[in-house]
Amino acid sequence: MNKFEYASPTTKEQAVAMLGKAWGETEILAGGTDLLSLMKDFVATPQRIVNIKGIKELSSLQILRDGSARIGALVTIDQLLEATRKSHPALSQAAAGIASPQIRNMGTVAGDLCQRPRCWYYRAGFGLLARNDAGQALVPSGDNRYHAILGNKGPALFVNPSSLAPALIALAAKVQIFGPDGAREVEVEKFFVAPQSSADREYALKSNELVTGISIPKSTGLLSATYEVRQREVLDWPLAAASVAIKLDAAKKVTSARIALGHVAPTPWVATEAASTLIGKTISEESAVAAGKLATAGAQPLSHNAYKVQLTQVAVKRALLAAAGISA
Amino acid sequence: MAEYKWPEESKRKYIGKRISRLDGPDKVSGRAKYTFDINRPGMLFGKVLRSPHAHAKIVSIDTSAAESMPGVKGVRIIQGPGTEIQWAMDEIALVAAVDEGTAEDAARAIKVKYEVLPHVVNERELASVPAANRRPPTEQTKGDPAAAFSGAEVIVEDVYGNDVITHCCLETHGLVTEWPGANNVLLHQSTQSISSNGGEMARALQLPAGSVEVKMDHIGGGFGSKFPVDRWGVEATKLSKQLGGAPIKLMLERDAELTVAGTRPSAYAKVKVGAKKDGTLVAWESESWGSGGVAGTGMPPYPYVWQFANQKTRHHSISTNNGPQRAWRAPNHPQACLVTMGALEDLAAKIGMDPLDFVLKNIEMTGVRANVYRDELLKGAEMIEWKKIWRPRGQGGVGSTSTVKRGLGLSLHTWGGGGHASDCDLTVHPDGSVEIKIGSQDLGTGTRTTIQIVVAESLAVPREMVKVHLGSNKYPPSGSSGGSTTIGGVSASSRRASIDALNLLLEKVAPTLGTTADKLEAVDGKIQVIGDPTKSMTWKQACAKLGTQPITTRGKNPGRENLTSAGVGGVQMADVSVDIETGIIRMNNFIAVQDCGLIIDMKTAESQVFGAMIMGVTFSLYEEKIMDDQTGRMLNPNMEFYRLAGLADIGNFKVHMMTGKGYDERGPIGLGEPPTVSPGAAISNAVANAIGVRVSTLPLTPDRVLAALARKGGQAS
Ligand SMILES: Cc1cc2nc3c(=O)[nH]c(=O)nc-3n(C[C@H](O)[C@H](O)[C@H](O)COP(=O)(O)OP(=O)(O)OC[C@H]3O[C@@H](n4cnc5c(N)ncnc54)[C@H](O)[C@@H]3O)c2cc1C
Repeated sequence: MNKFEYASPTTKEQAVAMLGKAWGETEILAGGTDLLSLMKDFVATPQRIVNIKGIKELSSLQILRDGSARIGALVTIDQLLEATRKSHPALSQAAAGIASPQIRNMGTVAGDLCQRPRCWYYRAGFGLLARNDAGQALVPSGDNRYHAILGNKGPALFVNPSSLAPALIALAAKVQIFGPDGAREVEVEKFFVAPQSSADREYALKSNELVTGISIPKSTGLLSATYEVRQREVLDWPLAAASVAIKLDAAKKVTSARIALGHVAPTPWVATEAASTLIGKTISEESAVAAGKLATAGAQPLSHNAYKVQLTQVAVKRALLAAAGISA
Repeated sequence: MAEYKWPEESKRKYIGKRISRLDGPDKVSGRAKYTFDINRPGMLFGKVLRSPHAHAKIVSIDTSAAESMPGVKGVRIIQGPGTEIQWAMDEIALVAAVDEGTAEDAARAIKVKYEVLPHVVNERELASVPAANRRPPTEQTKGDPAAAFSGAEVIVEDVYGNDVITHCCLETHGLVTEWPGANNVLLHQSTQSISSNGGEMARALQLPAGSVEVKMDHIGGGFGSKFPVDRWGVEATKLSKQLGGAPIKLMLERDAELTVAGTRPSAYAKVKVGAKKDGTLVAWESESWGSGGVAGTGMPPYPYVWQFANQKTRHHSISTNNGPQRAWRAPNHPQACLVTMGALEDLAAKIGMDPLDFVLKNIEMTGVRANVYRDELLKGAEMIEWKKIWRPRGQGGVGSTSTVKRGLGLSLHTWGGGGHASDCDLTVHPDGSVEIKIGSQDLGTGTRTTIQIVVAESLAVPREMVKVHLGSNKYPPSGSSGGSTTIGGVSASSRRASIDALNLLLEKVAPTLGTTADKLEAVDGKIQVIGDPTKSMTWKQACAKLGTQPITTRGKNPGRENLTSAGVGGVQMADVSVDIETGIIRMNNFIAVQDCGLIIDMKTAESQVFGAMIMGVTFSLYEEKIMDDQTGRMLNPNMEFYRLAGLADIGNFKVHMMTGKGYDERGPIGLGEPPTVSPGAAISNAVANAIGVRVSTLPLTPDRVLAALARKGGQAS
């Protein structure tokens, strides 16, 4: 890793003042479980690191009876897992799937959202958009078994790695951001963007802004679940995942639904149509299968990842059945 | 007088019992020091600059920027201009600096110009391998396969394969090397071959053989990849000399470990195998190919274990620009086993026979070990409840649901495992304590523990009185720990040394007991007149008779009376569940029934089998060295996408070791290799049984399982 300057501010104002004007000059350090690997591999080469763990207010965690919640940026994945077990199963289940106890205890909520893609060409130094010296894209004609099947018409073909993001989207959560111009909020689904150039980031943050937390609106009566297709039980990434949140009326008919997919597109993927066709129906094997099919209707697999279409459909189906309390 | 031969069961105090490994507490507490933990005064850190290209000619190298960096002590070019590099990550230059970071920065500051040449890094599809990368095929025929096939009533033809995997030692390869004097070297090396590495390094340095001392107390895995001193070791030692002998620590990075420090070669085969309707096997034919890197690779022993009267094999050795193969636990056997046992399972399914019955019906074709296999198959079937759970292919074993199918699979295997050459020195001190020195190494398999058991048993003293010294080439030479040869070698030599020492002691004390040595025996910490415990003295009293002169004996293997033999059989059975919607496989139960002659320590023997089964689940389901055609590089040189099984992934294991008559009298036989042979076949067969179709190639990843199901036409019924 390159030599760098280390800063440890204690307020978010100080932190923001230490952040760079352009991406790459500085990096925020939270749990460090991703940033340190990026630096050791020379994928991230910041001149300054701004450790935010000294900013006390970022560690707060508050969940009200009605399910509304404020989750500080530095809340660890493990704390989140425990705190949301009853209130937001989709989120707790997504957290439970993440890697290992060590990573869940070091990794933070904002770090999970802002972690960089695991595309093996990117991590080997070929840039965020995975191009060789001649500018050729390596993913389309390379080994793309873990790459995007949706939203892959632009230059970005990696998948967004965050497991928490789809769950937060299903719960209609917002990201709270602080920058030189003060605080702002953006819906989680709008926070993520597919970059057009290697110098861009995968999220709508400016290089001198920082995520301060997440807010979840009240969720009375909401049924939520996350289903991840994982090859191994531990230390692994989902091959595809779906988080859903639904409301049912007295007749068990769906009155509202949100479905978000993970690990299938350069951003968490919001399956709007699949969700809206559920309205007025009951959740059954049949309607859940149909929603899964719709969720992947626009999928355009690359040369080696067609199997992910099926996995995504299964994830949607199983998440819906789980949310509705129907055992598969 | 005591005899060399192993004591019979009723007389064994330690041999065959469940004894915890001696170094267990050191390992779990962190006191055990691995090569990685060795830090020497004034030590420098070595880092290697590696080629980013899989095939390239080095045009020029400029080390000036690296050399002038503060903290950099020396730079050595390993492969200079003009050299053709044959695989990515091959070594170009070595840097030594005051700390790791500086060494790495300096290695990165070396400028190399390459002329990039075309590469081939994948060989799964034989048809797409360029002609230039294929060696002329070799062919062998026995009997008249064509005629035999025309008499076959059922024939299966399919392709079976094993992708390239690596050893993935948790402690990477490496060493700390230094020159304590102008003409002698001290190596702390992570090695499977302590006794030969000194001479090997001395040869490379043109020093007399005895001038290199090698030490290692503990090792974090070798699996066949850690025999040589390696070019990087020699270069680091030369650089140390250039730097006045300062110690240099050079441990491979994880990516280098996975890319260049050894692979198990790939093996793919198109197989045709035929039988009569009643299950009688009649003929085998295979066309196989595989690669272990630039040098290609030989044919695994197809058909494996089964001896067909009529068979034909054809093999293509393929040269690829990949890091070279090294011996990987039971070289060639796991691959040959999957190909053979997979095809036989498919044939049984096509005939409509339970593979257990099918294998038993043909068991005489396995040759000399037919009886061992029969016993083991029946034992295994009982342990896994085969007849209760097994259902014909594709029907789903007992407990299947509409989406999760259960299946059973079996396999059998063999290995040699005869003891290697081994010398040791055993000393009985006048205070009664015992020491043994042996130039062997404990690969984590329990070698220390088993040597202690053999000596304590032979002298009839408590184990605590025996101190085992190994892990240095200053002790009498003992063989490399490879090919499952250690337990036979060290048990035989330490038994002989112990018996010789005991007999000398018996002679010494015989007059005191008023008899001759041939009338004495050692029992339970005492020396007594055979059959008359009233005429005895304690071990300590006996040793006190030595006065000031201890007894030291040299034990050897081979030697008088054969204490070890070769050739074992084993059977494994897997019980899996496959989610046919996701293609994900979960292990339910996995059982191993294994023969290894006389068992010295039941507990470490079972551990060895457990370890092999974990490795087996891992290579069956997860491991693959993924090579990128475009860049020629390994895409997963890390432990994130080079997947190993975790505890939650392996399911329940049960191990049964064969003992008693027919086993014990053969003496100890090695156990490192055999149990790693069958897992791929047993698990792949279980998956085929569950889902009704063969997933042709290991690892059995979800994409492959789903593709196989699609090929079959939808989901399993
Ligand atoms: C083997 C393995 C398996 C894994 N599996 C999963 C998985 O299944 N699902 C999953 O979601 N994750 C998985 N992870 C990733 C893990 O969850 C992340 O590494 C972790 O969440 C990152 O959090 P951190 O606090 O350590 O972030 P850091 O490493 O500290 O930071 C990560 C990135 O986010 C930026 N950042 C951090 N905090 C902020 C902030 N407040 N504002 C703006 N930017 C910020 C940093 O600058 C950096 O770029 C896995 C990791 C490993 C190693």
